[in-house]
Amino acid sequence: MSAFNLAGIWAIYRTEMARMRRTLAQSVATPVLTTALYFIVFGGAIGSRMHQVGGVGYGAFIVPGLIMLSMLTQSVSNASVAIYFPKFTRAIYEVLSAPLSFVEVVIAYVGAAATKSTLLALIILGTATLFVPVRILHPGWMVAFMLLTTISFSLFGFIIGIWAENFEQLAIVPSLVMTPLTFLGGAFYSIDMLPPRWQTMSLFNPVVYLVSGFRWSFYGLGDVGVTASLAFTALFMALCLGVLGWMFRTGYRLKP
Amino acid sequence: MAPIIDIRAVTKTYKSGLTALHPIDLAVQRGEIFALLGPNGAGKTTLISIICGTVTMTSGQVLIAGHDIVHDYRAARRMIGLVPQEMALDIFATVCGAVSFSRGLFGRRPNPTYVETLLRDLSLWDKRDTRVIELSGGMKRRVMIAKALSHEPDILFLDEPTAGVDVALRRDMWALVRRLRERGVTIILTTHYIEEAEEMADRVGVINHGRVMLVEETATLMRKFGKRRLALVLHQPMRDIPAALADWPLALDDEGHRLVYSFDANAADTGIPALLKRLGELGIDFRDLDTSQTSLEDIFVSLVEQPA
Repeated sequence: MSAFNLAGIWAIYRTEMARMRRTLAQSVATPVLTTALYFIVFGGAIGSRMHQVGGVGYGAFIVPGLIMLSMLTQSVSNASVAIYFPKFTRAIYEVLSAPLSFVEVVIAYVGAAATKSTLLALIILGTATLFVPVRILHPGWMVAFMLLTTISFSLFGFIIGIWAENFEQLAIVPSLVMTPLTFLGGAFYSIDMLPPRWQTMSLFNPVVYLVSGFRWSFYGLGDVGVTASLAFTALFMALCLGVLGWMFRTGYRLKP
Repeated sequence: MAPIIDIRAVTKTYKSGLTALHPIDLAVQRGEIFALLGPNGAGKTTLISIICGTVTMTSGQVLIAGHDIVHDYRAARRMIGLVPQEMALDIFATVCGAVSFSRGLFGRRPNPTYVETLLRDLSLWDKRDTRVIELSGGMKRRVMIAKALSHEPDILFLDEPTAGVDVALRRDMWALVRRLRERGVTIILTTHYIEEAEEMADRVGVINHGRVMLVEETATLMRKFGKRRLALVLHQPMRDIPAALADWPLALDDEGHRLVYSFDANAADTGIPALLKRLGELGIDFRDLDTSQTSLEDIFVSLVEQPA
């Protein structure tokens, strides 16, 4: 058996990254603008009338949540579109007929999607520092959480892209599942600000664990323990890998 | 010599329950042009897709130069280039970008000289920086061919290559196929256009209802089925064939107005001069004559019209 097809992975990765450059306005400017608007509205207008949360100003408090919001939505949309589009144009035949393993295909597409959303997260972090004082207590952990999140949710997006049979299905999971979970996941508040019943319900929301762990890496405070956060993210990634493994064995919606 | 493509008892039943291929056995030799003929839905594209890796077979085995397409898929696929039937391109890529992408996918190092030659051969060099979306249909088809050849494959699959293609492209394509064959590339094409198979292919396989009905060298096939007919339009209708003409296999047609002689066009002596001389001696006049040849199409129609 011949070796790992690095040139093949690189060809896909480079093409995907080139798409980001080509659609710079859509890929980078839009999320940055959206985030800036959140800072103006939540951080500036509303936040100035809010108390500090756990000793952190409200504007700074929402920074990790906002970055998480972008990472989740961008990872899912980048990866799902990346695989759905060639499926839609049928250009996928070329990837399927190339001497590439499914693992290599996933590495290339998911790697590119995760790279894009990580870059975006860093840009948003940079933007945030222009508006509010941001400090990062555990930079190593912050980067680790960033990578774990972008990779897991790019895997999730890849699954959606393979599953989707039309553009409506492609959009339905991000808009109907991801957005509510993120908004209710403590991106803009600490869940102990909620009534007790909602606090308990929030613990069933996976995004709570992501936001909490990520915020902990900034300010050392979280709604749930950092171990729980890490464990959950790892579990989610394992689940996605399991589903992808099954898709690979059955050729689900890619190879009849 | 071992065949470059060895298809052994390959079957395919789709999830819908449709059996596209009954056990198929077929061997293609290195360097030949093999035409797969068959009506729509015969299983031609399914067979090609299985070999190229875009469809999973239900059972059977395919070897590409000895490499199993399942267990040793990397070595097998590296040797194959595929031009699918339908247009399937990343429309935002440039021509050169699309071709370089394909080359990379197949694990080959960039080779600008080869890519330039390829694009020039396909009259795409002037369009190398143009985005695919801006190209005409024929140009897009050329890009598909360039992509399939980008990694210098030993085997090229052309699925319905000339469907909806203009005369210039068709001519260029056949010139390219001939050049590739000179370089030793094995070419498998599917087509409805029987003249093309007749003109281009070394061997023809007829496939229908998921079964290979016949595999034959094109020349042998034409010889076997390809009788020629000479029809003489007589001045005076004839009721019976005179005993003096018993040496020739003759038949009467059109109520005795036409005398039809079937002969083997490849034989050293067709028997025509002697026949015409004898007719003159017998005083049988004719006012016109024409000859016709059984085309591959006739052979094909007679084969596929047999109940499956």
